[in-house]
Amino acid sequence: MAVQPNIPPSVGISAPTGIWTTAKVVEVRHPTPDSVILRLDVQNRVDHLPGQHYVVRLRADDGYVAQRSYSVASPPSDPLVELWIERIYEGEVSGYLAEVVEPGDDLEVRGPIGGWFVWDGATPAAGVAGGSGVVPLIAMLRHAKVLGRPELLKLAVSGRQLADLPYPEELAAAGAFIALSRTDQPGRAAGRLTAAELRPLLGDADTTYVCGSAGFAEFASSLLVELGCPADGIRVERFGPSG
Amino acid sequence: MINTARTRKGELMATRGFFGRTHKERDPRLPPGQYDVGSDWPVLTAEVTPRIVPERWSIAIDGLVENPVSWSWDEAHQLPPSKYEGDIHCVTTWSKLGTSFGGVSVDTLLDAAVPKPTASFIMATSSTGYTTNLPLADVTGGKAWVVWTHEGQPLPREHGGPVRMIVPHLYFWKSAKWISKITLMDHDEQGFWERNGYHDRGDPWTEQRYQGD
Repeated sequence: MAVQPNIPPSVGISAPTGIWTTAKVVEVRHPTPDSVILRLDVQNRVDHLPGQHYVVRLRADDGYVAQRSYSVASPPSDPLVELWIERIYEGEVSGYLAEVVEPGDDLEVRGPIGGWFVWDGATPAAGVAGGSGVVPLIAMLRHAKVLGRPELLKLAVSGRQLADLPYPEELAAAGAFIALSRTDQPGRAAGRLTAAELRPLLGDADTTYVCGSAGFAEFASSLLVELGCPADGIRVERFGPSG
Repeated sequence: MINTARTRKGELMATRGFFGRTHKERDPRLPPGQYDVGSDWPVLTAEVTPRIVPERWSIAIDGLVENPVSWSWDEAHQLPPSKYEGDIHCVTTWSKLGTSFGGVSVDTLLDAAVPKPTASFIMATSSTGYTTNLPLADVTGGKAWVVWTHEGQPLPREHGGPVRMIVPHLYFWKSAKWISKITLMDHDEQGFWERNGYHDRGDPWTEQRYQGD
């Protein structure tokens, strides 16, 4: 997030924004040793749009606070807010969320936040994500399904290996194109996404959402521009290091 | 208005089992809720990185000024140079400590344009159409620069090169990349992220991250 969009200043975007509140942890899952899924019952919740994020704030006894932003994986219709969190090496927030949090805990959260990288399900879209950048696209995917319009959203995702991707089964079941950079797949040698692999996504898409590390986002958005995608139709969410 | 007893700073209950791993030897240059990113400099822009040729770049000062003026790349480089050495703070919670930028002070540009007495806010606009609003007082008096070098090297494209604004005492989304225009106004008007939930001023020391903070 916190970012600079390529957009005419006259274009107004308004997305819901929530204030600090308390969330009860309802469910904790560890899909891999390096990730955790938290399902939260958010008090006085403001419904989000797919693509938005929440901030989680941790507070020590001495008043020290640490906060990080995490994309929401759940669709607005889900009664709970689902966050998929990558555990960063020595990350004080992600490490706490992965190791310590249990169902029944209260967390300080703020959300939804972010008015740019959002999709309301009204127009055809494409999503291209690397690694943990998949998470906001999962919210879009689930939202399209809830709307009964799965054909509106086409996805291509990339990771070193399948296990590095959030929600790999859900992506595969939805027909997302999956490119693994370090693993050979049937019919595809290990390697980065190619322009030819992205081209089929772009037919109808009004907006293409790119999410991942700074390096991935630069690479993927450049491929899209090469393919003739107008720069103002590409919305990018670059994940910085976030421990 | 929110819930339970957790509404005011200082009255919030601690998070169960959270002690914080790094704050015991916390650097006093770090504002609350920030961490030191070290030698890294995360790229956090929401768009396709534009390719701007320095020869075709220019910066204009307009709005409530006596003398609307603009400078080309070469003209801007003829202005008295000015340098910022210090820290920068991103709302996504990283801070970069002890870094430096070189270019020209925003004071120099405003002195040439001569703000009218009623001017009290600015809108900074990028060549991409990005906007961010600031009180005039936050970009005058040696607090803001238009820069083209970072630590002595040309400012990289992904960090706003060839030229960006920096307002290092505020969160870094106020430091518009690819700056092309500064418009003086007699009222505050929200820029892009400010319309989308981020704070109008963005002081990292009081954690003005989002509207209402």
